[in-house]
Amino acid sequence: MNKLFSFFATITAFLLVYGLYQALVAAPTERTMGDVQRIFYYHVPSAWTAFCLFLTNYFCSLLTLTYSEAIRRAANRIAILGAIFGLMGLLISEDRPPWLPQAEGFSWVKASIIVILIAVFHALLIKGYFLLGDRLGKLFSDRARVILDAVAVSSAEVGVVFCTVVLVTGPIWARPVWGIWWTWDVRLTTTLVLWLIYVSYLVLRRFSNTGEIAILSATLAVIGALDVPFVYFSIWFFRTQHPQPVMGKGGSLDPRMLHAFLINLLAFSCFGAMVCWSRVRLELLHRQLEEAHAMKSLEGADAARAQASLPLNRSSE
Amino acid sequence: MNVQNFLLHYGHYVAYGATWLIHILYLGILVRRFARLRQELTELGGDK
Repeated sequence: MNKLFSFFATITAFLLVYGLYQALVAAPTERTMGDVQRIFYYHVPSAWTAFCLFLTNYFCSLLTLTYSEAIRRAANRIAILGAIFGLMGLLISEDRPPWLPQAEGFSWVKASIIVILIAVFHALLIKGYFLLGDRLGKLFSDRARVILDAVAVSSAEVGVVFCTVVLVTGPIWARPVWGIWWTWDVRLTTTLVLWLIYVSYLVLRRFSNTGEIAILSATLAVIGALDVPFVYFSIWFFRTQHPQPVMGKGGSLDPRMLHAFLINLLAFSCFGAMVCWSRVRLELLHRQLEEAHAMKSLEGADAARAQASLPLNRSSE
Repeated sequence: MNVQNFLLHYGHYVAYGATWLIHILYLGILVRRFARLRQELTELGGDK
């Protein structure tokens, strides 16, 4: 395991150095913004990595919820609720109220179908994981639950670090280009809300000592993750000050810029995965220590009980 | 040189520095936590 870790760490270090060279030296200077546009090469990959980590947290939290009997029973209701919301979307798609956003290329019919599919997917995932876990037994044991929980908390923490990078580098880019550090634009505000949701998730994990903390925090994570697609699609749904996408349908990018961007995307994704991996190992070590402390306390209690019962035995003799 | 001009010319270095400052601080916290846990585990094992 250590050799594999060292191997990936070496590749990641190489990619980060090459990415740095590409971002600051090799990529051409943008015509309108100048050199400050180079922030793009680590601002966007950081946001991407944060999203991936939050989605990891989301899936681990969702699977953690399958260990709760009540949630398993609610899976059908989640699917029905999603289908109702989706059908409502289909009904209003013909006569859209003015307060609902309408962007070019956006279809309420498509969005409603996506909502239905997401709800059904969630219900199937929860049910399927439970049924599979029931069949395979050991694979979905308490140990699997501990690992899922460790990955969930680790990905949230590392995701918050990457999201912090996004929230710090964004204003450094905005000040010379927009003339302001911050604006309450939909993309910026939802990103700040996302950061706050995961900070509250970590605070909940840190300061709560109930036995149900894994289930409670998983519920918060699943609901909080709803903000991730909202942040991502906000620039399509709303008129924002934040730039529109420069790749795909939204625009085009110089091939040398695209190369620098993709290298940095890969480098930051690998770096995020490496840090998350280390954090999972740390979390498991922490739990191992807690178990060792608990065992020692039990041994101490047993020894004390044995010592206390000794004079009683003698006196009875 | 005001802030706007400074960031227009050197903003990408400032942002890059800020990015790695945040990551290095976090990695430092992880390393410290790891060392403390290792030490606690060793002490717990040594007491037996």
